[in-house]
Amino acid sequence: MAVGSFAGSIADSHMAVRNYIVPTDLSLDDLRSIFALTDEIIKDCQKFQDVCKSKVMASLFFEPSTRTKFSFDAAMYRLGGNVIGFADPNTTSQAKGESLADTTRIISGYADLITVRSPYEGAAKHMSMYSSVPIINAGDGGHEHPTQTLTDLMAIRHYKQTLDGHVIGICGDLKFGRTIHSLISALSRYPNNKFVFISPPELQLPDYVAHNIDQSMILRQTDSLINEIGNVDILYMSRVQKERFVSEAEYLRLRDYYILNAEKMKRAKKDMVVMHPLPRLNEISAEVDSDERAIYFEQARYGMYVRMALIMNLLDLG
Amino acid sequence: MIYVDSLNEGIVIDHIRAGAGFDIFFQLGLDKIDSVVLLMRNVPSEKMGRKDLIKVESNFELNLDILGLIDPNVTINIIQDGKIMKKFKLELPAAVSGILKCKNPRCISHREEIADSMFYLYDEQKRYYKCEYCDSVTWL
Ligand SMILES: [Zn+2]
Repeated sequence: MAVGSFAGSIADSHMAVRNYIVPTDLSLDDLRSIFALTDEIIKDCQKFQDVCKSKVMASLFFEPSTRTKFSFDAAMYRLGGNVIGFADPNTTSQAKGESLADTTRIISGYADLITVRSPYEGAAKHMSMYSSVPIINAGDGGHEHPTQTLTDLMAIRHYKQTLDGHVIGICGDLKFGRTIHSLISALSRYPNNKFVFISPPELQLPDYVAHNIDQSMILRQTDSLINEIGNVDILYMSRVQKERFVSEAEYLRLRDYYILNAEKMKRAKKDMVVMHPLPRLNEISAEVDSDERAIYFEQARYGMYVRMALIMNLLDLG
Repeated sequence: MIYVDSLNEGIVIDHIRAGAGFDIFFQLGLDKIDSVVLLMRNVPSEKMGRKDLIKVESNFELNLDILGLIDPNVTINIIQDGKIMKKFKLELPAAVSGILKCKNPRCISHREEIADSMFYLYDEQKRYYKCEYCDSVTWL
């Protein structure tokens, strides 16, 4: 019964499949080993060039995100693996009305790993129920984008040596900023971190995010960047998302609410770092780019390395 | 009172919030069972002013999740040989499926045919549940 045993082997392999759908899918131990592996990769990337030889990653971007797609695809290629995918989501069987469950069943027969970006929240989780191979969530609507969080953590760990004991200023759109919510919950897993939430009153952190972390970790909620910039070890800036606003005037007012410039940077600690998930708008002036405390371009580079480590970890190649 | 009091075997769902009885009747699928079922509405009650009440003359499998979700304040009486064998209050279920719908229009559960998506209790006081897919908060 070839068919039966084939089905059986899929079911068996499913038992051991690990996914990365939400940040908490990785334990602190998993994170530790992924970060250590990332260190090794950064040190000698060549050494890993055949690790994923003959492995195939399906890169399913049902919504365009060039930046994230390139980062994942480059990660897989640098591990010696191959990538299958599509250039235009409108030509896929999804667009022709196939269910996501069926698409997943079929593709997980071809690939060793699936990365998925979808405008629908919970899409990656839904796929993981039908997949026989690991699923990585590369962003599901406004819900989660866990590899961005992984990138942020890796950058903090690199520039500040540890992930604990920091005062972290989070500034900008704290209401709708998905990466910010994930980062806050990720950093709250490490001891002795303190948060200063800096936002216009209209864009304050939602209660459901604030209530989910240890309240003693919240130092202050304020709307003043200038008053707080000298107190923080890490300043995480974010942009105001236009699509969240009905009124153009309101958007423009809030977009330019905070502008980090050289003048403000004078008040910051010598070893403070400025981060940003990019792309930025006006919230960081170009004059800050040359400040050595500005690490947002470096931060993006860690994204590829940490994705390499994540792929290896989920495929048990670590 | 009436015929109902002579219930020998079955279940009495008491202290239903007045007006909710009809909803519970259908949600439990009582319109589909063969046994004698009685729905009483606006029954005078000392505690509640008015209440609804349902009696079912059979020991059918009661979906306590549905009941708990619609009205967690009801009392269940299990009747055997004309006596109340068991009487208990309900609790909000920790997880439910098949009753709630996610309120988030961008949720994958509206895009795909997902019949029984899970919802997990999030805020007991407000009776809020969280969607297993998108984590959005929803309620009945
Ligand atoms: Zn949902």
